[in-house]
Amino acid sequence: MRASLSPAPARPGSRAALAARLWPVGLAVLSGGLLLLVALPLAGLFFTTSPRQLLAGLANPLVGPAVRVTLFTTTASLALVVACGTPLAWVIARRRTRAWRVLETALELPVVLPPAVAGVALLLAFGRRGLFGPALAAAGIGLPFTRAAVIVAESFVAAPFYLQAAVAAFRRLDPDLVLVARTLGASWSRVFFTVAIPLSRAGLAGGAAMSWARALGEFGATLMFAGNMEGRTQTLPLAIYAALESDLRTAQSLSIVLVAIAFALLVGVRAGARP
Amino acid sequence: MSALEVDVGGRAGELAIDVALRAAETPLVVVGPNGAGKTSLLMMILGAATPRRGRITLGGATLFDDEQDVDVPLERRGVGFLPQRYALFPHLDALQNVAYGIVAPSRDERRARAMDALRELDVSSLAARRPAALSAGEAQRVALARTLARRPRALLLDEPLAALDVSVRRDVRRFLADGLRAWRLPTVIVTHDRDDAAAFDGDVLVMEHGKVVQRGRLAELERRPGTDFVRQLTSGRRALPPPAP
Repeated sequence: MRASLSPAPARPGSRAALAARLWPVGLAVLSGGLLLLVALPLAGLFFTTSPRQLLAGLANPLVGPAVRVTLFTTTASLALVVACGTPLAWVIARRRTRAWRVLETALELPVVLPPAVAGVALLLAFGRRGLFGPALAAAGIGLPFTRAAVIVAESFVAAPFYLQAAVAAFRRLDPDLVLVARTLGASWSRVFFTVAIPLSRAGLAGGAAMSWARALGEFGATLMFAGNMEGRTQTLPLAIYAALESDLRTAQSLSIVLVAIAFALLVGVRAGARP
Repeated sequence: MSALEVDVGGRAGELAIDVALRAAETPLVVVGPNGAGKTSLLMMILGAATPRRGRITLGGATLFDDEQDVDVPLERRGVGFLPQRYALFPHLDALQNVAYGIVAPSRDERRARAMDALRELDVSSLAARRPAALSAGEAQRVALARTLARRPRALLLDEPLAALDVSVRRDVRRFLADGLRAWRLPTVIVTHDRDDAAAFDGDVLVMEHGKVVQRGRLAELERRPGTDFVRQLTSGRRALPPPAP
């Protein structure tokens, strides 16, 4: 049966035969090219240093504060995104009207928004002469170029990753489970905490990991909205950029630290998500 | 014994629903083709969908009345619901599933009452099992225990036998029919199977396109089928396709 379905063998020398012979070569060249493009920089990052050089790079005074600022701000932004994003995702997942779909799309916008645009947008919203700047100033709050600004920038760019995953996870929930929980007397909040969240745990954790990774790598919006102040707003990506001007080795050490942190977080979150 | 009385009209998507029914001493069996509005009717009785007009009373208490502006929320209607695939919480074991709906002063008492409920349905040995480790028949008993443990004042069963293999269906049907007699609760059972209607030995209500097209004892329906659907149901035994899962 199967043999009769496959095309007749091409005549030798025909165009079809040539195409058949070139196909595996083309496949290898094209896919191999992209593979190298991704693999070579990573190889460069890890294989052009020695443990000694790595440690020497880590001794640079930029490193410690940058690691602390990064861990603090990304943890804070993750907490903010998860604490506010989980209920929001639940509401979005349960509403089917057009207004909510528009909102859902709008919330995904930062995914495609270039970070530089995000930085400008944040300044125009919360900057001194921004939309809400004067109101914030009147309340005694100056957001730009503070550590809080780093958290806001990271949350802004990272939140959509979590929201998307959380909405998808909640939509996969069997509606009968929610309905039955309600007939068993559960309030909406009890359904949310005892049925929706436990059963969506894997999806929520995956979204949190993606969102955290995005916050860890945040550069452009942070630079524009929070500045690049050592020990205050200088996160690892910004420290890498600062180090690059003087010392490629320090930049390399910082990069390896950043990759290690990101990898550890991903593995940790994945392990925690397993039921 | 109290009665569940329903007279509602409303919409479910494109379908206009208009049904009056009463369930008391014997279970009321609701049959009808797919898309007839049977499940939507159950949702209205449960309180998960709002009828546009009408009245639902249970044992004299009004659950819904559009004229008096009464709409008791779902979680306070005291109506037990067994969905087609039982909807046990997959992350909880059987005992925790049953305990979920029990209100008791202490954790120990909740667990004790959940255990009692499992025992009543002969499934106390399954208490520590997660739903994934239960057969469909066992899952149904655990789900029934969970529903009954809340001491509901009425029961709604949506295709209670559809998830079961033919080999066990007859036993479960008998178990369920005996149980319903013992529990003495106003019960509405949605089914597509003539044998279910026969086993539960109650009035049959036939729904098509959101409306009641015929009602009566199964024997009467067999004698005088009002529509092609009723003729198929009563003569062809299993002429109907099983419902979509």
